[in-house]
Amino acid sequence: MNGIPMEHGLIVAAVLFALGVTGVLIRRDILFILLSLEIMLNAAGLAFVVAGSRWLQPDGQLMFIFILAVAAAEVSLGLALILWMYSWHKTLDVDCASKMRG
Amino acid sequence: MLEFIWLIVAFPFAGFIILILTGSRLSRRGISVVGTGSVGLAAIIAILTGINFIISPPPGDAYTQPLWTWLAVGGFSPLVSLYLDALSVVMVLVVAIVGFFILLYSAEHMAREAGMRRFFAYMDLFVGSMLVLVMADNLLLLYLGWEGVGLCSYLLIGFWYDDPANIKAANKAFIVTRIGDTAFAIGLLLLFVHLNTLSIQGIIKAAPWQWTEGSNIAFWAALLLLGGAVGKSAQLPLQTWLPDAMAGPTPVSALIHAATMVTAGVYLIARMHVIFQLAPLVQGFVAVIGAATLLLAAGSAIAQWDIKRVLAYSTISQIGYMFLALGVGAWSAAIFHFMTHAFFKALLFLGAGVVIAGLGGEHDIYKMGGLRREMPVTFWTFLIGAASLAALPLITAGFYSKDLILFAAWTSERGSSWLWAAGSIGAFLTGLYAFRLVFLVFFGKAVTPVNDRPGPAITIPLVTLAGLSLMSGFVQMPLVIAPVTVFSDFMSRSLPEMSMLHVSFKVDLFLFLAAALISPAGVFAAWWLYIDASRHVTDFTEKPAGALIHRLSFDGWGFDLLYDAVFVRPFVWAARVNRGDFVDLFYRGVAWFSSRLSLSLARTQSGMVRQYALGVAMGAVIALGLVLVL
Repeated sequence: MNGIPMEHGLIVAAVLFALGVTGVLIRRDILFILLSLEIMLNAAGLAFVVAGSRWLQPDGQLMFIFILAVAAAEVSLGLALILWMYSWHKTLDVDCASKMRG
Repeated sequence: MLEFIWLIVAFPFAGFIILILTGSRLSRRGISVVGTGSVGLAAIIAILTGINFIISPPPGDAYTQPLWTWLAVGGFSPLVSLYLDALSVVMVLVVAIVGFFILLYSAEHMAREAGMRRFFAYMDLFVGSMLVLVMADNLLLLYLGWEGVGLCSYLLIGFWYDDPANIKAANKAFIVTRIGDTAFAIGLLLLFVHLNTLSIQGIIKAAPWQWTEGSNIAFWAALLLLGGAVGKSAQLPLQTWLPDAMAGPTPVSALIHAATMVTAGVYLIARMHVIFQLAPLVQGFVAVIGAATLLLAAGSAIAQWDIKRVLAYSTISQIGYMFLALGVGAWSAAIFHFMTHAFFKALLFLGAGVVIAGLGGEHDIYKMGGLRREMPVTFWTFLIGAASLAALPLITAGFYSKDLILFAAWTSERGSSWLWAAGSIGAFLTGLYAFRLVFLVFFGKAVTPVNDRPGPAITIPLVTLAGLSLMSGFVQMPLVIAPVTVFSDFMSRSLPEMSMLHVSFKVDLFLFLAAALISPAGVFAAWWLYIDASRHVTDFTEKPAGALIHRLSFDGWGFDLLYDAVFVRPFVWAARVNRGDFVDLFYRGVAWFSSRLSLSLARTQSGMVRQYALGVAMGAVIALGLVLVL
């Protein structure tokens, strides 16, 4: 565990997070937006784990378990919403689901 | 017995509520029974309590009946409480009895009106409010009754609301009296601020302790109360509303605009006499206003062709006599004249109503004539009323009350021969216009055929009021005839006696003979001008100067034109110029700005999830950036 310096781990987490944000913003397919959200969550989890290993504390990994639970709940809800949206709009394009504008 | 006085007020209000809530299910007969009966019951209780009061007076010659606490705010907790003393006994008796007879008359006179239920409901509300006014123990309750009668007056002047002219008359009456009422309200506040009470007895006791005679504050309090009285009683300079108020039904004119409501100002001044005694200057104003009003109004009454307008100007003129009496400190003489005036003027209006209805709605006295044989009962009762108004000596009630006022105008410490002269000229003019009416309407050739004759519900009030117009004067007689002073003895239980200069018997006799001769002279002048040599009148009004005087007198000496030019037109002009209301510009700017802001912010609500996500991300970046930089 001593081989990888903390900065490298954090940079990887930041890059992952940035990729996730970019995905949320530029993808129009709601399935990919959900995927990108998962990437952002995992980036946050990675940052926790790296920080936990730096100070030799179990808290970072503990937090990752929490994030996994949140991610699981989010995915189940998100997939249900996607199914419902598909049956309603016959598409997965989020820009079409803008009925409540204004 | 006296503990039942609350019923006097409660019955008319109960009649009003029954008519308003269940009147639509009542027959026309039922409406008149409820409307008249409720006031009749009030009159019976008033008579019983009045007799009880006179025979066995309560301790202190006054009875107070607290009903409940109206409201309690800080140290201010006015009671709803009734007060009965000699002054209010007379007022209550006159209001209830005259009110009952006028409502009995209305039961027949208004029987064919579409709005009969409305009429009786408003009349009951009026009688109730008027009784509250005269029986109120504190000025706040008095003010409630004061506004209540004003409201009923407005509603009943505009009773036939489909004619815009009637609405205009109602608005005029309401707005002009409102000017006086505002002064009255300010006066109430002034009294409360300085004496810390609105209880009438409290004020009467506290004012002489706290204020010296002629002090500034007493001056303003009296002047503001006088403002209210002048508005309500149609005295100079707020007299212009009363002639137009004749647009209402005739019983309304008889009850509200002759017998009771318009004398509320006289009652107010008599009730608050202590304040006026502390402000001799204002009391002088009262006398001068009375004298000027009685002359101007009598002058106008001569030129009118509308029978009701003659009587309206005559009412203004007679209330002028009452103000004259109040102004010279002859409190009981004013109340005496109020009483006799209520009887004979109600009688005259009711008689005029019969004539108008009999001739199919004709108001023009020049189109009447010869009704003496067609309507004998109306003729004789109207003649008695006119004789009482003209104050024909010895037999009529009006003579005794007017003689007392003229006597007081000369002999009072605050009187003067000028006031006496004005009153005497007024008495001559009164005889002239009263009998001009009689001669033109009942004598001469018949012009319009009679097609409607009164039934018993009309003749009973006429005959009763005629009896009262003759009899009610015998309770007080001049010293020259007989020392009968029942009325002033009774009034002295609640009003101070007039402080008189000592006069010799010769002056006494001169004043009596002058009063006894001047009104027959007026009647003779009427006979000469309108029966014997009527061409003199037309000759006079055809000359340019005569036509001008006639025109001025007919228009009430131009007060309407003056007020129209000075107040109404500038106000209407300002209202039109300021239709956009420039004060509103700022607020409209605020409204415009926020609606624009809202519209531009609404654009961000695009419904695009990715834009919202971008917003969140940008916000997070900016927040983090700020944390890093700062």
